[in-house]
Amino acid sequence: MTDAVLAISEASDGGRVLALSGRLDSESVTRLWDAVRRAVAEAPARRVVVDASGVDYCDGAGIALIVDLLRHPREPQVEIANLKPAFEVLLKQFDPHVLEHDLDPEPPRGPAVEEIGRAAYRIWQDIRTQVTFVGEAAAALVHAVRNPSTVRWRDVWRICEQVGADALPIVALISFLLGMILAFQSAVPMKRFGAEIFVADLIGLSMLRELGPLMTAILLAGRSGAAFAAEIGTMRVNQEVDALTTMGLDPVRFLVTPRIIAALLMTPLLTLFANLVGLIGGAITMQSFSIPVVTFMKEVDSAVTMTDFMAGFVKSFVFAILIAGIGCLRGLQTGAGASAVGDAATKAVVTGIILLVVVDGIFAVVYYVLNI
Amino acid sequence: MNVSAAGPSQGANSSPSGGSERSERGGPLTEPIIRVVDMDAGYEGTPAILENVNFDVGRGQVFGILGGSGCGKSTVLKHMIGLLPPLAGEAWIDGTDIVTAEGDDLLAIRRKFGVMYQSGALFGSMTLLENVRLPLEVWTDLPDDAVDLIARMKLELVGLEAFTGHMPAELSGGMQKRAGIARAMALDPSMLFLDEPSSGLDPITAASLDATIRRLADSLGVTFVIVTHDLGSAFVAMDRVILLDRRAKGIIAEGDPRKLRDDTTDPRVRAFFRREAEPAPA
Repeated sequence: MTDAVLAISEASDGGRVLALSGRLDSESVTRLWDAVRRAVAEAPARRVVVDASGVDYCDGAGIALIVDLLRHPREPQVEIANLKPAFEVLLKQFDPHVLEHDLDPEPPRGPAVEEIGRAAYRIWQDIRTQVTFVGEAAAALVHAVRNPSTVRWRDVWRICEQVGADALPIVALISFLLGMILAFQSAVPMKRFGAEIFVADLIGLSMLRELGPLMTAILLAGRSGAAFAAEIGTMRVNQEVDALTTMGLDPVRFLVTPRIIAALLMTPLLTLFANLVGLIGGAITMQSFSIPVVTFMKEVDSAVTMTDFMAGFVKSFVFAILIAGIGCLRGLQTGAGASAVGDAATKAVVTGIILLVVVDGIFAVVYYVLNI
Repeated sequence: MNVSAAGPSQGANSSPSGGSERSERGGPLTEPIIRVVDMDAGYEGTPAILENVNFDVGRGQVFGILGGSGCGKSTVLKHMIGLLPPLAGEAWIDGTDIVTAEGDDLLAIRRKFGVMYQSGALFGSMTLLENVRLPLEVWTDLPDDAVDLIARMKLELVGLEAFTGHMPAELSGGMQKRAGIARAMALDPSMLFLDEPSSGLDPITAASLDATIRRLADSLGVTFVIVTHDLGSAFVAMDRVILLDRRAKGIIAEGDPRKLRDDTTDPRVRAFFRREAEPAPA
């Protein structure tokens, strides 16, 4: 059993003596901290001497207790007496006045108007960066088309596998369930009017024109967009991007081009796959409403035109560029530290999905105006 | 008026004087607090990097693990702190074999030591002050202002008192490493394991770190195990070192670093301590 004791006595000269003894460590200091402070506070403008002759062990917590008495301005200053030389050495490592105030306080927040202005400026800067990046990426793509030998095709095929083949199971599952849910939700009310056969029209048009491309793109934004941002972000943290720059290699051409090419190759294929699986999901559901698969498919064939198919298919190319571009951009914008990589991945997904929906809305308006 | 603060007995650092009983640096030691016995160091499924490694570290000793790059210094350290099981052998920390310890026993051993990793390993989402406060908040019941003061004192000790509110990502690698040392010392553990503490530090900071290590060892009897390439630190701060060699797959020298430098006849040891290049192959 070890202990520390604080004994308070009044000196004949009117001062107060705080006699500390025993073992001063984090456990005993926890119990003594308030008592020692109170003992000093109760003797304002009086001489206070801390007699440490009985202290036989004093680690960082014990030294902190003594420093705490010395760091606050007081008249007369607290005196420390009879501290063993071994602990005196530890005490002398610290300047109590340095520890009086926080030397690195949080900067004060500016007025609300200033904060709003800063936020608006950051958004403007972000938009500028995105526009600049679109230009750089477009230039890099044109360069790749003109000089295919400069593209790192081994990287392209590796990324194709990650973006395309590895995403097949999740795209299949989501599309199948989407087709089934759409069929169920629409078949029940339409059956009341004897119009359940038109569920095939609904599923065919909605999957091929809208849901197939959009759901595939959202899945890829969450999967591949985040992966691009995290991979490039980690390279940035490890200074690999700096190394590319100092070696005279353009990071956009070296890192972004292969990813955009891979996304351009894989996203349309995944969209076709999602369309097909969605239709299969709908067809299987409609069997329970006494509509055979052949009838379902013939109805889809009669309802959906090549224009409808192309309207959705064209979107998938634009979505591919958006997903890969935003993922790479956020990766290249990564700050320092592990949390910055997480931030980059999150931003890639959030920005990617927002842009996908916005662009999809623009497509809808354009198609309406063009009567497509 | 008397205020008593009684607490449970302390296993380590209970020397009444607060200091170790080292008679001379590098000489006979107090009882070992760390023992590595017949250790084969390496990663499972790969050949051992080091075989049959044996050494003791005395209480209050500043002990160095030296050797060339890739010789297994950091691997031995990982075995000693229970992060990686060795391929064979034992690592006794204050009477418990950390290799076989589990659950509460393992936690109890880990509370006795602090570790500073090569990169500092600070938590990126916390300020420096929060990083150093964390172990104090988790493992002690100290009042909040005491925790704050202790954390700031530890940061002052490594010269970072003006950066308490900074995030690790805003600091240089050397500063992060110093903050890692401050965090390792937060709970005043009886043992400190430091992996390359002075690499990346400027000479003045490295020297003040050496001085801090010696002060803590001499005043409080803290035991240090330091993995390093820094011969300057070894000569100034360390009581005893072992020199590991990749080709020999083990320890090729052990003792006072100054004596090894001055008296050794082994060409490999002499080359290391005198910073001589390896002879070119004929």
